[in-house]
Amino acid sequence: MARNATKSVVVLDYGFGNVRSAERAVARAGARVEITRDLDAAMNADGLLVPGVGAFSACMAGLRAARGDWAVGRRLAGGRPVLGICVGMQILFSRGIEHGEESEGLDEWPGTVGPLEADIVPHMGWNTVRPPEGSRLFAGLDADERYYFVHSYAVHEWEFAAHHAVRAAPKVAWATHGRPFVAAVENGPLWATQFHPEKSGDAGARLLTNWIETL
Amino acid sequence: MTLAVRVIPCLDVDAGRVVKGVNFQNLRDAGDPVEMARVYGDEGADELTFLDITASSGNRETTYDVVRRTAEQVFIPLTVGGGVRTADDVDRLLRAGADKVGVNTAAIARPELLREIAERFGRQVLVLSVDARRCPDGTSTPSGFEVTTHGGRRGTGIDAVEWAHRAADLGAGEILLNSMDADGTKDGYDTAMIAAVRKHVSVPVIASGGAGRLGDFSPAIEAGADAVLAASVFHFGDLRMGEVKEALRAAGHTVR
Repeated sequence: MARNATKSVVVLDYGFGNVRSAERAVARAGARVEITRDLDAAMNADGLLVPGVGAFSACMAGLRAARGDWAVGRRLAGGRPVLGICVGMQILFSRGIEHGEESEGLDEWPGTVGPLEADIVPHMGWNTVRPPEGSRLFAGLDADERYYFVHSYAVHEWEFAAHHAVRAAPKVAWATHGRPFVAAVENGPLWATQFHPEKSGDAGARLLTNWIETL
Repeated sequence: MTLAVRVIPCLDVDAGRVVKGVNFQNLRDAGDPVEMARVYGDEGADELTFLDITASSGNRETTYDVVRRTAEQVFIPLTVGGGVRTADDVDRLLRAGADKVGVNTAAIARPELLREIAERFGRQVLVLSVDARRCPDGTSTPSGFEVTTHGGRRGTGIDAVEWAHRAADLGAGEILLNSMDADGTKDGYDTAMIAAVRKHVSVPVIASGGAGRLGDFSPAIEAGADAVLAASVFHFGDLRMGEVKEALRAAGHTVR
């Protein structure tokens, strides 16, 4: 893991994430890590991690207030890596619907974040994921590996059409709770997970290491 | 493809040390919470729960410190309960590194607290802890189970099943259902109570109280629990995490 020590990661602190857990997990994976809402730092880091818990609309409002939406957009325009976690992934889609009310997301990917359709919600605990062929995020992880999820909303339909892709088509991992939903996406410099790698024990550490190695 | 059944060790923490007594009396010292948390994490615990039983609120800083140090070393979800009275208490615990916060007595006194916490932090952080018992002779509730306070010594007359249902409506993302009759007995979980709550609640339910033998865990899951919590059987080495998982797997349940 020492080879990652030269990589720097900023955990964006916009008031809606368990930034401490993300920081500790990234440090464990070997990167230099800083929790900040300073946009210069967020722009200059090798990787930007966008956490997120709670409501979609509140996270979006918080992100905009901190001008994190601008930082994410600028980084992606320059091909610089960004990793979204949990609601930090959800807000990358076009819109979220909570209690029947729609709010706008960052629209990096088409699609709607809606309520999970399952008997027991939140989806809370350790579940398996079906990684896509050739995934770098899940490289070296067994198919029966489990990751920690805690969420009440998800993306059930992947609406990205082939002609949307500038370069390679995004790689999508799926999990199932009631219905299949998007569990992770790898799309050029933009990667995201619905589950919490920072809380997923050794499997999560491996996954974060995989991300840091691409920085 | 299926969510794994969670096995959760619970550490009762008093002024920074782990304790667990039979029926919450006769406390015995079982060690350093940070060290125990790390060991449980290594052994395959799916989550950890700290119950802060520190009597003096002046010692709360000790708890935050334990949570902080645990979160630095343990990379599985951590729930902290005990003495949580306000949304600001929740904020402090989350900032220290807790992933979820357990609320008990303060929500009985003022149920709106649940809504306040869920609106501010999301329902996924909010665990409602219910200390329930079978109604003693001469008293009754519609379900036959009532909510207690003061470690099970005081009945409230509130129906435990209705309370769990209402709490989930108000914003609790999970119910920690602790049977005060079974707690400390090692005679098994109160499966009738679990089934009664499961029937009326669609958030995850954690069964607590009564685990003693390897065969005790599977019936709790079959009664409808999503997770099983235990304390003394783990702390004193009666059962190991791996054995419990193996017993659940042998009974046909998915484990991690």
